[in-house]
Amino acid sequence: MDALVTILAGGLNSAIGPTAIVFALAAIGLNVHYGYTGLLNFGQVGFMLVGAYGLGISVSIYGAPFWVGILIGLGASVALALLLGFPTLRLRADYLAISTIAAAEIIRFMIRSTGAREFTGGPFGIPSNVGGPGFAQTWHQMNPFPSGRYTFGWLQFTHTRLWVVIVGWGLVALVTLVVWLLMRSPWGRVLKSIREDEDAARALGKNVFAYKMQALILGGVLGGLAGIVLALNQAAIGPDQFLPQLTFFAYAVLILGGAASIFGPILGAFVFWFLLSSVERALLTADVIPTATIGPARLAFVGVLLVLLMAFRPQGILGNKREMVLDG
Amino acid sequence: MAEQTSAAAALAGVEPVPGVAKPDPILIADGVQRRFGGLTAVDVEHLEVQRGGITALIGPNGAGKTTFFNLMTGFDRPNAGTWRFDGHDLSHVPAHQVARYGMVRTFQLTKALTRLSVMENMKLGATGQAGERFLRALVPALWRPQEAEIEARAIELLERFRLGHMRDELGGELSGGQRKLLEMARALMVQPSLVMLDEPMAGVNPALTQSLLRHVQELPSMGMTVIFVEHDMDVVMEISDWIVVMGQGRILAEGPPADVARNPDVIDAYIGAGHGDESRFTPAPRRSGTAPAGVIEVTPPDEDEGTEDLADGADRRQEDQ
Repeated sequence: MDALVTILAGGLNSAIGPTAIVFALAAIGLNVHYGYTGLLNFGQVGFMLVGAYGLGISVSIYGAPFWVGILIGLGASVALALLLGFPTLRLRADYLAISTIAAAEIIRFMIRSTGAREFTGGPFGIPSNVGGPGFAQTWHQMNPFPSGRYTFGWLQFTHTRLWVVIVGWGLVALVTLVVWLLMRSPWGRVLKSIREDEDAARALGKNVFAYKMQALILGGVLGGLAGIVLALNQAAIGPDQFLPQLTFFAYAVLILGGAASIFGPILGAFVFWFLLSSVERALLTADVIPTATIGPARLAFVGVLLVLLMAFRPQGILGNKREMVLDG
Repeated sequence: MAEQTSAAAALAGVEPVPGVAKPDPILIADGVQRRFGGLTAVDVEHLEVQRGGITALIGPNGAGKTTFFNLMTGFDRPNAGTWRFDGHDLSHVPAHQVARYGMVRTFQLTKALTRLSVMENMKLGATGQAGERFLRALVPALWRPQEAEIEARAIELLERFRLGHMRDELGGELSGGQRKLLEMARALMVQPSLVMLDEPMAGVNPALTQSLLRHVQELPSMGMTVIFVEHDMDVVMEISDWIVVMGQGRILAEGPPADVARNPDVIDAYIGAGHGDESRFTPAPRRSGTAPAGVIEVTPPDEDEGTEDLADGADRRQEDQ
């Protein structure tokens, strides 16, 4: 019984933890892209990267104030969306997919190159102590919770984690509200019509390119925000955190929860990290396989679950079955 | 034959020759050419379309009808040529702005937005919506009143098209014929002055064809001009005030239905030279399941077929599923 509590408590702590928040935000961005507009962005991690590094570089390396750093992080996401959108949004969906996955990797390699070390920290990234107190100093100073450990039933937090979790879920709620308002408006209707058939939207007088660009920017900014939360949570960033699989985790989160649903990405993030973490703990407790293989094993397990979900509930947990049937 | 409409009356004295001037043209095309590689898909020297009339665009497969539609509506760019719509030069106007000038089109392969409800489909058609702007969308108070007006207009149109009871169904749940109705009703939400219908009757069962026909016939009385592409000659003869015949990209003939039916050039284009008797004008070799009886079908000796498919090949794949 104790073991079960440990497993479930571990899962729950992960499910509401900073990583789940980061993926919820990234997946909400992808939902705007893919779920509502039909844009295949396979480089969401690139937006996360420029968000995190926009903050890190401007504050830690160039000494900008914290809030300016946040704005630069978000601005960098907008810039990346414009850069990717202009050449590709007039083309078929596949071109955006190819360009985004490539762009995210190109940016990562540029950031991590030794030549760029002076400006980006190179392969070592931006540790917390670079440029004095580091880019997260203001963030930690804003923390209203006194140092210490906080326990709420099964949930346990340090004061820094509690601060990230509260602000993080607050951001998720705010962003969800904005996306909900947008998607029930005529603006959201145009995005959905573009997802269904952009020529029909065009024939009815909608500037498809402009709407796709707006959607790409909005979802990209949400990706940038995810990167900023990631950076603040760790108080340090490294280039190799931003590998392509982060995008695919975010897609897994989105599809698990249900694309084109408002709460899908949030529930998806919660369930995804709950499963990953509790399976890990279960395997640890059961002691049936070597500890070193637990990491891959839990991913394989969640992968199998996703396959089963797709087979039996292709619309995701919260997706609309009626809509899904029409998808083929 | 169509009952005598005002447009038909206005066109009565117009000489039935290609490129002839009309008393009150809403659309005037000049020297419009579209080439795909070595192939000239459209080569229209001069065409005028009478305001308030129903003009049919006919011709064998690959004649360039759909390409011509695509050009006029900004979905394709010509290699040469200009055209004026209602006094505006639309030659370099992108597709989404064409609708704002009052020219709206439908597609050969119906584009009902499958995962939007019928009502959402309709509301999308309204132009100039405040709530379609990003920041205003966030404040419902700024677009709710307009939305209510749009909805009222949509309900009215849906009732007229007998889709009122389907308003909450998803577009993808409608039958093929209902989708055609929805697409036409949605186009009317734009409040256009010119409606371009690409094969509005294709794939529609005969019962629904009649009701669709009546809807098309009503459009001029609502102040709209209609141009439509159609293979079903019964339909064409029944509702058109004027018929334009295309072949290999060019305009072979135009005139009132009765004249066109007797025109030896037209009969040649359809049946081939040497079979110029009028009785051959309503043969019906059925095209694989898509068209109702009365279709003129010619195995096209031209490669133009493929080029028309460029525009909507993707959808054809979808529909095949």
